[in-house]
Order: sequence, then structure tokens, then C-alpha cells
Amino acid sequence: MSRQYIGLKEIKGPLIILDQVEDVSFEEVVEIELENGSTRFGRVVEIQGQQAVIQVFEGTSGLSKINTKTRLLGHPMEIALSREILGRIFNGGGKPIDGLGEVYAQTKADINGHSLNPVMRKYPRNYINTGISAIDGLNTLIRGQKLPIFSGSGMPHNQLAVQIVKQANIASSENQEFAIVFAAMGVKNDVADFFKRSFEETGVMEKVVMFLNLSNDPIIERILTPRCALTVAEYLAYTCDMHVLVIMTDVTSYCEALREFSSSKEEIPGRKGYPGYLYSDLASLYERAGIVKGKKGSVTQIPILTIPNDDITHPVSDLTGYITEGQIVLDRNLHQTNVYPPIGVLPSLSRLMKDGIGEGYTRADHSSLSTQLFACYAKVQDARALASVIGEEELSLIDRKYMAFGRLFEKYYVGQGFKTNRKIEETLDLGWYLLSLLPIGELDRVSKEFLEEYYNIDLAITHFMALQGGQLDEVLRKR
Amino acid sequence: MKANASIYSINGPVVKTKLAVGFQMLEMVYVGHKQLLGEVIGINDIYTTIQVYESTTGLKIGEPIFKSNSPLGATLGPGILTNIFDGIQRPLKEMAEISGMYVSEGRGLNALNETKLWDITLKVKVGDKVLGGDIFATTPETSLIQHRMMVPNHIKGTVSFTIENGSYNINEILIIVTDEYGIQHSLSSVQKWPIRQARPVGKRQIISVPLITGQRVIDTFFPIAKGGAAAVPGGFGAGKTMTQHQLAKWCDADIIVYVGCGERGNEMTQVLEEFSELVDPKSHKPLTDRTVLIANTSNMPVAAREASIYTGITLAEYYRDMGYHVALMADSTSRWAEALREISGRLEEMPAEEGFPAYLPSRISQFYERAGYVENINHTEGSVTIIGAVSPQGADFSEPVTQNTKRFVRAFWALDKSLAYARHFPAINWNISYSEYMDDLRKWYDTNVDRKFVGLRAEMMSILHEETQLMEIVKLIGSDVLPDDQKLILEIARVIRVGYLQQNAFHPEDTFVPFEKQFKMLQLISYLKAQSVRLLSTKRTIRAITATGIFDELIKIKYDVKNNEIEKLDTYYEKIDLALASVK
Repeated sequence: MSRQYIGLKEIKGPLIILDQVEDVSFEEVVEIELENGSTRFGRVVEIQGQQAVIQVFEGTSGLSKINTKTRLLGHPMEIALSREILGRIFNGGGKPIDGLGEVYAQTKADINGHSLNPVMRKYPRNYINTGISAIDGLNTLIRGQKLPIFSGSGMPHNQLAVQIVKQANIASSENQEFAIVFAAMGVKNDVADFFKRSFEETGVMEKVVMFLNLSNDPIIERILTPRCALTVAEYLAYTCDMHVLVIMTDVTSYCEALREFSSSKEEIPGRKGYPGYLYSDLASLYERAGIVKGKKGSVTQIPILTIPNDDITHPVSDLTGYITEGQIVLDRNLHQTNVYPPIGVLPSLSRLMKDGIGEGYTRADHSSLSTQLFACYAKVQDARALASVIGEEELSLIDRKYMAFGRLFEKYYVGQGFKTNRKIEETLDLGWYLLSLLPIGELDRVSKEFLEEYYNIDLAITHFMALQGGQLDEVLRKR
Repeated sequence: MKANASIYSINGPVVKTKLAVGFQMLEMVYVGHKQLLGEVIGINDIYTTIQVYESTTGLKIGEPIFKSNSPLGATLGPGILTNIFDGIQRPLKEMAEISGMYVSEGRGLNALNETKLWDITLKVKVGDKVLGGDIFATTPETSLIQHRMMVPNHIKGTVSFTIENGSYNINEILIIVTDEYGIQHSLSSVQKWPIRQARPVGKRQIISVPLITGQRVIDTFFPIAKGGAAAVPGGFGAGKTMTQHQLAKWCDADIIVYVGCGERGNEMTQVLEEFSELVDPKSHKPLTDRTVLIANTSNMPVAAREASIYTGITLAEYYRDMGYHVALMADSTSRWAEALREISGRLEEMPAEEGFPAYLPSRISQFYERAGYVENINHTEGSVTIIGAVSPQGADFSEPVTQNTKRFVRAFWALDKSLAYARHFPAINWNISYSEYMDDLRKWYDTNVDRKFVGLRAEMMSILHEETQLMEIVKLIGSDVLPDDQKLILEIARVIRVGYLQQNAFHPEDTFVPFEKQFKMLQLISYLKAQSVRLLSTKRTIRAITATGIFDELIKIKYDVKNNEIEKLDTYYEKIDLALASVK
């Protein structure tokens, strides 16, 4: 029977300090019983001699120095796991909130996880077809990858995440099971509802595990939310052999919670007041994506960040970019010109793409085609910069061709819409149609063989004429 | 084992003990019942502060702390190559066999395999006098590298016993050395060395040989010397890791030490997989045979990340002492600096710039100064070359780690986001990168490549520089208004940028380019420029010259001419002449 401690020494923000504690271990979970009979949970974050600093998950409001009884539970924060967890909804701290009772635990696991031994990782190589051209064609998502969406307030990152869930073949072809773990951290009620509704409409709700920490829930729980979610994801992937897609939104709120917690612990702040260990902390989440040798399942992560003030050098997006394997960046200009999904192609990147595409995966020309599209679209930006100074009329013929190419690229290749689900072949062919509108001499990243096979200007003109109802920019026809 | 002290406080990886005596600064200690590895980093009149290299979850007040009486050291001996270690040199492959998919905790794994037998050939006999550093035995460690066992530096004397040549494990006593006081030292294949201390050298040599990388932008424009130090700064997605991988694959060092310090786990997996498939172009043996990996990924404990850099450089110095040329890739030193910051914060030290501790510059300089081209104590020659990646926050090169690194390296390869966006790889920006080694290496280029080489390089650099200035104008008013001779500069610069600087790491011919081909390509570009200038002076237009397609043909040389048929490049002079003669 474990010992109970009556009263507290100090209360400071979300932290309480307990004195004269014996036999307490670092990161141990405690149960705090209030006079009115309710209980809260907390975690030991620092020990000094006989004093233990404890963070209270549900916040410290209503606590006083005398009205509590604290009990040490003797183990670090754990979550109950079983297959029946699918379809359930939990709060950020891992407690069921859907009224269906506690989860019957087949096993329990420490939510902090353990570092994966790099030797045991399997390098991810199988691509996930999301049906979205700007992702499949240019920034391919690979099973076992961590690929965040960099967005901002007011942009359709949630729709994009839902579209990926709807269209993606998360499980591979061999009849394997898949699951979706959704972690909401400090998001609005509406957003959580939107996801719930979308999962129901798609008919995947019984495959989803939801962890909801809404924006008015306690911040300490927010720090636990992604850890609970990832522990569940690891269990489903490595014990139940499922392919798991984890969606975490919004990482920025998570980081702010961490900052709040850090400052109440009186730690020395790093950049913009965020704690110096923000990189290590984020890495301990993101690095839990992957595939393990000898296991059938995988954990793929799509974290969503709303970048304050669209400044990509903000610590949250900056550090995320250094850890994750690329990023999908949403572009406000595209969004304002009604392009959906507004994926800013140039700053986006998928690091694992190069090994998961090409012959045997997608198609042999995929790699050079995407590089060529990137290079051409980069030239579009140069032409636009020049046009904004001297006007489009004054540009050379080739620059005007690039301008027209850029418009079609954004309208059809990127802006496919919420309902369109493209096969990989369609995406690749569309890429070639676009490239065929440019003079063949401009295409310096593709080999002669591919040009002979796919470059066809007449076909391209017919294709876009048909799409635009017989209209096509004159400049594209000039040879 | 008797405990020497007990835990008084715990804060993340920092543990303190109260009123303990006898701990040494930087001594290795074992903390708690699990015997987690730690290091003493501070001693005052009341508390001794210890940083623990493993997760402290579950640790309790009052658990014991054990002394080891020695500083944190690396285990040096055969079996290092082809292996993968964590930051404190625990073998990850063996750990996986014992404890499965997760990194385990506590003491119990030795760095090197103690049961494997090595085929050992003795190099000394009874009665020989030996000094510290002398090679007394060798064994073929891998198909590429002969491991040379050296007398530890503090020992000298007469060999009083040797074992027969044969197969032995690393702990077998191979020779006994009796020193002048009659003390007998038994030497096996392994020795220990404290990682934070540089291994001594005989004499530092003048830097004079380049590290050949096969990457055109590096070899030609911003070379690094054997024994030099280079930094690769760049924001995320600019290609730091790609550059490091390319160098690790293709550079002409004998040994590669690759330190993955606080980076992605999948990147280490990729190195492991790729290197075992890739074959060294000279010896046709797998690249893993010359490589050792130190993997302390971003989710592994932060204190061990701080140590991983030192473990790596100590292994590099050990092979240098055997007479090898070693290249150390550290990816990324910023994560190491952040680990310093994190520990410093937990110690509540006064922060300097951006929260980094005030001793950041001195730590960075200590690390880079361990590079060098040296004559070893045993009179062999060896070198350690350091190539450190830097990950500046927000790709802003003015932050402390980049700035301080810049002071202590002599080659600086700045990766540029806008080049990376346009998929120009390697995205090394030719305007802000530099190499101070060019002058040191001039003599080598003159004798080993060609006397014209350095001049050609300067010509190309000035064309690129001129292009940058012209682009300022073009950005404002378009290229149509430029006179023809300036348009020619733009065209030639395009050939250099696309046809020479851009290099495709995934193309079988282009991934590594020998010096001879690099030189001939430069000559061709220079020839094309000279001939075009001549033609322009005869009232031909630049439009007509480019219409021949010869510029595009030159751009494609890198793919069209294979590395083993370099003589084909000579036919291009004729092609240029023909094309330009056709201009009306």
C-alpha cells in the first residue's frame, strides 16, 4: 500500500511542490485526491532532496495547501492498450470521454516510449498514393514517413488532411489492416467536430482512435496528448500489424503549452521564449514514426502546424523542418486565388521520395519529371518577378511561355479540388502535358529517351483546349 | 560493488549528489541500480553534478552512484570498422540482438566483440625496444583496412614476451613490455582513451594534398585539404545530409567516421543500407569496410549527443595514428551545440548569445582543431579531415553556431535555399562560399592536374561573378536590352551553372567525376567562350550562336561522356568549331 501525503508546500501555476517525500522516482505518476472527493493526476518533473515538483495534468485551480491527499503510484505515466481501442475517443490525458467506459487493458505502455534503435529501423520505401497531384507527383508521401503540413490560420490544412485520409491507400495491397490515430492539441471545438464528422462520412470511424485536447482544456494534458496518441499508434503498428496514419494538429499549440510549462518551472528560455530543449522534445514525438525490421505495421505521421504570421523561420516550423522528412507548405497567395489545395510547390519537399518512386514503385520517368517540373516552376517565379517590373507584354517569348505554363500548372496540376482523386499515372501524364507546352530545349533535366516517349506538344495542346473549352493562351502555340 | 555516493536531486538528465568526496571532474560514473552511464560535470563545496547519458525516468532519490576512477573513454581496437555505435560507443547491432527494437539502458555491453578471433601477426620480437605509439602487431580488420595495434602512449620499454602469430580475441595478451623500472605492461589488442582529450601527435605537417571528393563544385571551386576542416551550413531541405553522404561515399580518405548527431533515425538506416550495397571504385569492396557510424539520433538522450562528437573524433584520431587518412563527417554540429545549451540551462549557468553558454566558441574550436595532417609519433603519416554540417535556425547564418564555426574552419560551403528550391544540387552558393585551401593546394594542382588548372578556375569564377552582377540588371529590365557580349557571359555562365556546378548524385556517371574529366570540361567551356567572343567581333549575333545548340550540347557532356572514356571529350573541340563555323 503506497503512502499518502497530506497537504502541499507550494503551488505555482500548473506545478505543486510536495515536501518530506520518500521513495519517489523521476517521472512517476501521482494521484491527488481533493477534499470534495474528486481526483486529479500529476507527474513528478523534478526531485530535490525530499522535495518533489509535480505537474498537475488537470490544472491546479481549487487546490490549496491543506485540502489535498497525494499518493505516489510507483510507475511512470501509462496508457491501457488493446485492440478494442479502435473507434474510441479519449481526452488528452488518455481517459475515455465517449461514455463507453474504461478500456480493458491487454497491456500497458509507458507513454514516453523508448528510443528506437537505428539498426532496427527499416528504410521506408513504399509510397502512399494520396490522389493529390502536388503530393504524389512532386512530394511523394512514403509509408513510415513524417511529413508535416505547414499552414497558417485561415488556410485549408484540415480539409487537406481529411482529403488525404479519404483518398489515401494507407494499407498496402496485401489485405492489411489500417488505422488512423488523431491527436487534437489545443484546437477549437469546431475543428475537432469537423474531423469527427469527416471520419464518419468517410466511414472509417471504427478505424479511428481520437485524442481530444481542445483549446480550453488544461495545457499539461496537451503535453501528454501526442505521447498517448503515438503510444497507441506504436501498439497498433507493432503489436497488431496495422499501417497507422497519425494526424496531429496543432503542433504550434503543443509548443506553446510546452513554453508555458517551461516558464512556470523557471527554466532559462531559448529563442522566442521557447525552452532550449524544444528540438529534443519535438524529436521525441516525430522520431516515433517509422517502420521496424521484422514487424508488419508502420507509423506514418502528418503533423499540422499553423505558423504564426506565416513566418517559416519561426522556431516551431524551423525545428520541425529539421526533424521531419520534408514538409508540405501551404501558400496564402495560392489560397487567395482560389487554388485548392494551395500547396506551395517550391518550398515543399519530401526527403524520402527519391527512394520510393521510379521503376518498380511508380514509373521510371517520375524522378526526372518531378525535378523538371520544379526547375520550370522556379523559372516561372523569375519571369513573374520580371513581369511585375516591366509588364508581361515586354517579356521575351520564352518568358511569356513560362508565365502561361505557370498559370496552367497552378490551375490544373496543383488546384485539383477537394473531390478529385487522381491515379498516379494521371498525375504523371498531366505533368508531361504541361512540360510539352515549353520548347524542348528548355527541358534539361530529363533524358532523351523520356523526351522521345512522353514529349508531345500537339497532344498537350489538345488536352488543355479540351479542359478550357477550346481556349488556350496564344503564346503557347507559337513555336 | 560498493556505492560511493547517493542521489540527492534529479532534473532531466542532470543528477546531483550531496556532500560526496573523491569524485574527479569529467570522471565516468554509474548512476542508480540500473547503473546508467554518467559523467561528473561540476563539483562545488556541497554538490557534485553529474550528467546522465541515458533516460532518467524511474530513478529515485537515494539510489547509489558508483565511481569508475577513469574519464569517459573510447575503447580502441579491431572491430570498430563496419560497426555502428551510439554516442557513448555502445554497439547498436548487438544491443538490438539482446534487447530488441528499442535502445536499452544501463551497463553491460562492451563496445567491441570480445569473442571474435582476429588473425594477428606480430611485428616485434623479444628484446626489441618499443616506444609509445609503435606498432607491435597487425590484423586484417576488414577486406580494405589493416588494423595496427600500437603501444599505448605512456608506455616504453623492452619487449619481454610475445605470443605466437595466430587467431586471438581482443583481450588476449599479445606482448609484455618491461619498462626501465622493471614494471611489466601486458598489452592486448585494445586500449582506452579519454574522448575529450586529443591523442598526441609527433609533428603537424603543412597542408598540401586535397581530399578528392569527385564533386565538381568542391574539387574545382572550393576544395578541402586532407587534414583541413570544412563547414556545410544550410537550412532544412538545402541538402546538408546529401552533401555529407556524397562525400562519405566518394572522397578518397582511407577511413570514414560518420557521426549522426541528433539527426533522423531513418538517415542512419539509409547510410547503413546504402553503404553496404555500394562498392568502393578503387578496390571494389563494399564501402562499409572503411566506415564506422556513430548514431545518436535526435530522440536518443541529449547528453550522449554531446559526447558523440568526441567519441567520433577519438576513433578518427586512433586510425590516423596507424597511418591512415581519415575523414570525419559530423551531421550536425548545431545539434551538438544545442545539447551543450540544454545541459548548460539545466545547470543554471549564465547564458550568452541566444541562450548558448559562453564557452561555446572554445568548445567548437577545440573540436575543429583536432583536425590536421600530421606525422605520428610512430613516424607514419596520417590525417583527420573534419566536415561539419551546421543547421542554423531559420537558415540565418548570423546565429552563434555558424558564426563561431566560420572562425575555425577554412572551407565554407554555404547551402542556399533558393538553389535548392530550383533543384540545383549540390546547392552550394558560389557567391558566399569560400575555401582558404586553394593557395596551399596550388602546387598540388600544378603537378598533379595541370599548370593551367588554377587559372581556368579563376576565369570561371570571374564569369560567375560577372553573371551575378548582370542578373541585377536583368531582374530590373530583362535580358533583351543587354549587348551581345554580356548576353554571351550569361550563356556561358549558364553552361557553368547547369553543366558543371549542378551534379546529379543519383546518376551513375555523374555522382563521382575524376579530376581529369573536370579539367577537360573546364577547358572546353573556356574554349567555347573564347571562340564565341571571336565570332561576336565579326558581327555575328549571339542569337545565331546559341541557335546552333552547342551550348546545350556542352551542358549535357556530364551525362554523355562516361568517366571511362574521357578521351571522347577531345572530339568536342571539333564539334564546337563545326557549330560555330555554321553561324551565318
